[in-house]
Amino acid sequence: MSDQSFEPHATEFAPGDEGEGQVRTRILGYVVGLGLAVVLTVTSFFIAGTDLVWQPSIPVAIIVLAIAQMGVHLVFFLHITTGPDNTNNVMALAFGVLIVVLVIGGSLWIMANLNQNMMPMDQIMQMQR
Amino acid sequence: MAIAHADPHHVHGLDFAGAGHAGPASKRIVTGYGFWIFLLSDIVMFSCFFAAYAVLSGQTADGPKGSELFDLRSVAAETGCLLLSSFTCGLASIAADERETTLFQLAMALTCALGLAFLSIELREFASLVARGAGPSRSAFLTAFFTLVGCHGLHVSAGVLWLLTMMAQVTAKGFRADIQRRILCFALFWHALDIIWVAVFSVVYLLGAGQ
Repeated sequence: MSDQSFEPHATEFAPGDEGEGQVRTRILGYVVGLGLAVVLTVTSFFIAGTDLVWQPSIPVAIIVLAIAQMGVHLVFFLHITTGPDNTNNVMALAFGVLIVVLVIGGSLWIMANLNQNMMPMDQIMQMQR
Repeated sequence: MAIAHADPHHVHGLDFAGAGHAGPASKRIVTGYGFWIFLLSDIVMFSCFFAAYAVLSGQTADGPKGSELFDLRSVAAETGCLLLSSFTCGLASIAADERETTLFQLAMALTCALGLAFLSIELREFASLVARGAGPSRSAFLTAFFTLVGCHGLHVSAGVLWLLTMMAQVTAKGFRADIQRRILCFALFWHALDIIWVAVFSVVYLLGAGQ
């Protein structure tokens, strides 16, 4: 294939591609990622069902652990890093995260306020008569 | 090269350092980047379902709550399946780069088996919910639940089909450059599904079980 011989200076990476690396180090990367992900998963399942920690802190802890695990997946499985050759991938990710935060945060914010500002249901029913 | 010189934005005599200097990126980088953009837009779509679920999770219409429905043991089994399949998928992409056909097919078959195990646990859960009268039409909470989790399940099903296609294509065509690009995209897709599942089991199941 023609495009295989055409390799410009490796100034950037496709997402999912790693830099030069031996097979052993690459496998080790996946093993480390798997180990970290398992630890984080087990911790959040443990925290969800335990009485050992202060109860109101549990939802926060679960969210924090989830975000940490997503970070682990991004770095060790998808190989999205902060290296200079990965800038485009990180910028796209940052934009995606911005939209996700706006959609989820905005929805929760607006809907919570709507419930307060809505006219009580019986008055709405009266107006429709 | 004639086209490059006809480019009106091309400035002669200036030597740019940095990104533009190396010429156009290789097709592998362009394909991977494009697929990365698609994955991010897929995640944005999922965020809409997550927002709907977060808003509607309390609207049970006097029906069952999440804590009465969810079986965390099966969720843990699903999580284990998907996490391990992400790992074997990573091994498969290493094998593909090393052009080890047997290892590649083995790792992909393992990934497929784990994905199918995930799907069967999820389908059994859905069937038992519907059988207990907690189907998607019961309450706004359950509608949002089935939409979000079912959409992820649909993605996994599509991923399994894609995985089998890649195994067949490697058998038929070998590790050609275009096949390698498809394997790269498949691996990205599969890892992204695992990231979305992390959000699903945390937000839907673990937070829901505590309510």
